[in-house]
Amino acid sequence: MKNKRLDLSYSQMKWETIFKRILVIMSVVLLVIVIGILITLIMESMPSIKSLGIEYLWGKVWDPVNNVYGAYPFLMGTLLTSFTALIISIPFSYAISIYLGEYNTTGWLSNLLKNTIELIAAVPSIIYGFWGLFVLVPIVRTIESKIGVAPYGVGIFASSLVLAVMIIPYAASMGTSLIRMVPSPLKEGAYALGATRFEVIRSVILPFTRSGLFAGILLSLGRALGETMAVTLLIGNTSAIAHTIKDAFFGPGNTMASVIANEFTEADHTVYLSALIELGLVLFFVTVIINLIGKRIISKYTNK
Amino acid sequence: MDARIGIRNTKSVLFKSVIIFLAFVITIPLIIVLLYIIKQGVMQVNWHFLTNIPAPVGEAGGGISNALLGSFIIVVMSSIIAIPVGVLAGIYLSENAGTRLAYYSGLCVDILQGVPSIVVGIAVYFWVVKPLGTFSAVSGSIALSIMMLPIVIRSTEQTLLLLPDTLKEAALSLGVPYHRVILKVIVPCGFAGILSGIMLSVARIIGETAPLLFTAFGNPYLSTAITKPMETLPHLIYTYATSPYDDWHNLAWGASFILLMFVLLLNIFTKLITRKWNIQL
Amino acid sequence: MEHTVVSASKFNAWFGDNHAVKDVSISIEKNQVIAVMGPSGCGKTTFLRCINRMHELIPGATTKGSLKLYADDIYTMNPIYVRYKIGMVFQRPNPFPNLSIYDNVVAGYKLNGLKMAKADMDHIVEKSLTSAALWNEVKDSLHKKGTFLSGGQQQRLCIARAIAMEPEVILFDEPTSALDPISTSSVEQLFHELKEKYTLIIVTHNMQQAARVSDKTAFFYVGELVEFDDTKTMFTAPTDVRTQNYITGRFS
Repeated sequence: MKNKRLDLSYSQMKWETIFKRILVIMSVVLLVIVIGILITLIMESMPSIKSLGIEYLWGKVWDPVNNVYGAYPFLMGTLLTSFTALIISIPFSYAISIYLGEYNTTGWLSNLLKNTIELIAAVPSIIYGFWGLFVLVPIVRTIESKIGVAPYGVGIFASSLVLAVMIIPYAASMGTSLIRMVPSPLKEGAYALGATRFEVIRSVILPFTRSGLFAGILLSLGRALGETMAVTLLIGNTSAIAHTIKDAFFGPGNTMASVIANEFTEADHTVYLSALIELGLVLFFVTVIINLIGKRIISKYTNK
Repeated sequence: MDARIGIRNTKSVLFKSVIIFLAFVITIPLIIVLLYIIKQGVMQVNWHFLTNIPAPVGEAGGGISNALLGSFIIVVMSSIIAIPVGVLAGIYLSENAGTRLAYYSGLCVDILQGVPSIVVGIAVYFWVVKPLGTFSAVSGSIALSIMMLPIVIRSTEQTLLLLPDTLKEAALSLGVPYHRVILKVIVPCGFAGILSGIMLSVARIIGETAPLLFTAFGNPYLSTAITKPMETLPHLIYTYATSPYDDWHNLAWGASFILLMFVLLLNIFTKLITRKWNIQL
Repeated sequence: MEHTVVSASKFNAWFGDNHAVKDVSISIEKNQVIAVMGPSGCGKTTFLRCINRMHELIPGATTKGSLKLYADDIYTMNPIYVRYKIGMVFQRPNPFPNLSIYDNVVAGYKLNGLKMAKADMDHIVEKSLTSAALWNEVKDSLHKKGTFLSGGQQQRLCIARAIAMEPEVILFDEPTSALDPISTSSVEQLFHELKEKYTLIIVTHNMQQAARVSDKTAFFYVGELVEFDDTKTMFTAPTDVRTQNYITGRFS
């Protein structure tokens, strides 16, 4: 009995060391994946960076047939769809945050709304895209013909509408938990001075949570920039630049993600493929930076 | 004086009404989408639809068995890769909070959470598809497992951090070695939280399309070869939604309905688990 | 000297730069109850956790000097084997919430992968629970979860869990500070019975408890072992002025 235990304890020690080593390896795997993605993107972008230079980023013409590459249409398309979607989404995100964080924090109605909002994020983006293509696009087309722009239906405007709905949950859930964290003595102090609920929200809750709500918006923006499938189905996939602001807003376009999705498997020579990957690299940097800033703001917030 | 208080109160009530209106009105698009998919899709689904491969253009009927089987195989393979890596990395992060490696690994989890899925697809294309010389189910699974990792890791980490230290001390004081403390005490105690993280991550990747475009690609035939292209539900929806044929659109509606049901059920199960075990994720 | 179970000589322990235990020399004899007391932060719990090598699990913790179990140096032994020989009971009852009462008692065997026949295991469970004065209360609900018991019962379950491993020494880290008076007395009564078979080292900040249950008392102050003597002598005629001050309540 005694010896059996002693033997066992030595074999256990060996496994203990092996197990600890496995844990370390698994977290090193994460570093390897992220650094690997970065290195792969940079290496595969090299042909394009070398032959097109930095001017590629503001080159206005994208014409693979004649070997002319410019990323400007996609940068503009991405910014236009993302920020339009963001602007549409902000009032809703704020309203949900304030409602669930302040007006109605518990109970079945609050839970129901919270779960429904989470469900918005759970529905696959391909389904939003498919629905948008067959239901929203005809509606947008009708509107466009009424207001006198070319009735494409598909385009920046339709994409932004769907995108706006899709990104609301990210800012809303962040905002809700931040508003719930506002210390009640702060609010009670204002109520004791005779402030109405609206005044408490405007002059206590919103100032207190301002940077946190901004971080939530950043996370939504990160989602919007990288969202691929719904946009690919709805944006019309045109790499030409529109001539008027109206056309740019309502007409078809392309985003960085959608042009990669559409043309990656068709890219038949090195610089073409490499130019697409360079777009992926830009997308990677932009979303990583936006997300890390957002996370940093929020972690400062929750530590306070 | 009274009048001013009246105005302020009216303002407050008005503001509340606007907030409630905006908060609830946004559920309408979701409800419209859900109802529309159900309406279009439910009629397509029958035994024939589930057990046959898509019919060629011009022929009626056909089904999505290739995509169902493909999605199943690819999700299982992704889970086999992502669950051990994710759970063990999550254990490392919760056990070694404050070390340099934990800081950088945690940063990588944050980064992976934000990376657009299409970028992951590009990387895996160069890691797997190009060396193998063909699109394959394996490459799709690797891409999706990378998408699963951050969710599995964070849920494991958060769950284990909530467990009291005394639990670990109790086991250690009995001479239980570290690996058995973790695997036989800590992980079983946090099982519900870890499981719900895994289910959430499956719900997330089962509808993921973008990284599959250049990895698993798609396949109009029933295939179980994991080194060959394989169809999945979201990719089938993408291909058939963008085709010009009504029969194919109907296939895509049916596939959307089934995909949606999977996602909804997974989310509801996750909710039930977290509610029953009272875990916050 | 053959009766000495645990002995320390010039033993030191640190948390990073914090010198928590300073040059402690002590020798503890078999089948006695030793109370370790002192104001909070005096190093008594740290010293206790050094005896079964739990101290080193805290990042940055280090030790120096010799600490022996019989003739073997604890710090050259296999730590897992040390913990088989020296059991521990904690401040708060901590039964495993995922295990039944039965499995909690034999957790040391099951979690270590020590295989044994069902009959032997039943025997160990009954014997350990009887020694911990819990058998009669739980014998009909052995397969319920241990967390359904009351606080005092949970603490006795943790004692049964330590006894089941047949250790030489059992360490108690303020074992009754989270319990109500009735549960406390049930645990204290156990000490008298347990010392027939084991050596007990009990950290407590409750002087009355030290006086009630122990044969010998050690007084720690700012990391040093100030005085170690028969409990009776300690409480009636302490030699060191710091002990005297503590016992008479001039500081706490």
